[in-house]
Amino acid sequence: MKTAREVLDVPALRKDFPILSQKVYGKRLVYLDNAATSQKPRPVIEAMERFYTQDCSNIHRGVHALSERATRAYEDARIKVQQFVNAPEAREIIFVRGTTEGINLVAGSFGREHVGAGDEILISEMEHHSNIVPWQILCEEKGARLRVAPINDRGELLMEEYEKLLGPRTRIVAVAHVSNALGTVNPVREIVALAHSRNIPVLIDGAQAVPHRKVDVQDLDCDFFTFSGHKMFGPTGVGVLYGKAQHLEKMPPYQGGGDMISSVTFEKTTYNKIPYKFEAGTPYIAGGYGLAAAIDYLDAIGMEAIGEYEHGLLEYATRAVSGIPGLEIIGTAKEKAGVLSFTLDGIHPHDIGTILDQEGIAIRTGHHCAQPLMDRFGIPATARASLAFYNTKEEIDQLVLGLRKVIEVFG
Amino acid sequence: MPDLRELYQEVILDHQKRPRNFRRLEEANRAAEGYNPLCGDRVNVYLDVQDGVVRNVGFQGSGCAISTASASMMTESVKGKTEAEAKALFERFHDLVTGKSAPGAAAPGLGKLTVFSGVRDYPVRVKCATLAWHTLRAALEGNDKEPVATE
Repeated sequence: MKTAREVLDVPALRKDFPILSQKVYGKRLVYLDNAATSQKPRPVIEAMERFYTQDCSNIHRGVHALSERATRAYEDARIKVQQFVNAPEAREIIFVRGTTEGINLVAGSFGREHVGAGDEILISEMEHHSNIVPWQILCEEKGARLRVAPINDRGELLMEEYEKLLGPRTRIVAVAHVSNALGTVNPVREIVALAHSRNIPVLIDGAQAVPHRKVDVQDLDCDFFTFSGHKMFGPTGVGVLYGKAQHLEKMPPYQGGGDMISSVTFEKTTYNKIPYKFEAGTPYIAGGYGLAAAIDYLDAIGMEAIGEYEHGLLEYATRAVSGIPGLEIIGTAKEKAGVLSFTLDGIHPHDIGTILDQEGIAIRTGHHCAQPLMDRFGIPATARASLAFYNTKEEIDQLVLGLRKVIEVFG
Repeated sequence: MPDLRELYQEVILDHQKRPRNFRRLEEANRAAEGYNPLCGDRVNVYLDVQDGVVRNVGFQGSGCAISTASASMMTESVKGKTEAEAKALFERFHDLVTGKSAPGAAAPGLGKLTVFSGVRDYPVRVKCATLAWHTLRAALEGNDKEPVATE
């Protein structure tokens, strides 16, 4: 069996991330907040610089060289995304600001068309606020009902209950691929199959999945899949919504404006074809450059290798913190990715975060935009260390030392 | 680099472990709820105000060491104060934790509360230190319609 260390040359990869070599309060930075946002490798930063130093122009309408270059690069980025998630066609890839906008787009367009009074939308207890609130807004507008699938104490969906909640009035299923607060990997393929057997479309929030594992939207057979660039080593402000063309073509526009039209008169506007129908206004072009570079970077390493390495690192981290007195891991699902959420007996996560920060260790503390999930576990917050492929066992050891210091301060 | 012991002083840790006046006041005639959406901290402040004087005060809630200790020490410092004195004390406390006043300059009247001066080196923790005080002010002003948020 290969050890985690042999899967990736992490010391070499770390050199690609300029930010990781810095010191914080005189201590070497240990960045364990990757589920909030990931760091950017030099090729991503350089690609965005290339747009601003060489190609800066508006796309899709310029007749000059700069605009032609930028348009080609932006559309190439779309093709890279298509290949990255194995979508059948590039026109099924819509650029959005991030996962949140992707979900809002589907709720506001597809949802408005398909959800009526008395209908139901099914989500789960472990959803991020961004996969709760857009559906709540839709339910309020339409007089529909939000149903919530329960989880067990390990943080796994109760699939028997889940299936029971797929009823004759269920119009949409929305579920996280990987939980941001617990790290649970949900059986999304099974969920899609269950929903489709009842003709219910499925949206998958893939924000926490794409940085850690190979995603194949055709294999999942989901109707919508959305994710953010910045959690997969690309820039903030750019994300992706994949949707099956059969849905996208029938959906009304989400925003009106330039680029999303074919022709406009004051009497009638004809909308552009997909994906442009959903891309009103000048997009974040540099973001497209950066996202394409991030995909190239991940492809060169290989998502399988990343997944394998992180799996080993998460196991190491889980074992390492398990010996700390009073520490309880929140989220112990059989299948997990990237996230170690925990509480320390009698010490508030916020205090843990402040003390670790002084040691140069960056983690997230709080409710992780999943307040209903915190209520489910009867806790106000957790401390969360979240991993990326550039993290090391040595950094986990630093975390453990930091946590022992926390206990010392509060001892 | 700020020293952690400046932030987590012994007095603060003591109040965190054994918060004073940690109870719902049965005789309360004013109350308010405070909430910090950033970290999920919640606090309820209960007051018994007679003739403009805070006769008794209690609190309940859950939060970090800074917010719990701050609420606890606040209840001790405002008991027996007039409404105006209590509000003025919040102003001085606020200046202390936000670094608007030097610890020495703000000290008159702040008493033990000066242990929170370390908070000024941790801007993200100011809301923890002031949550209970914001809630106290809301209770004094009879603003109990909806929770006070620090955001």
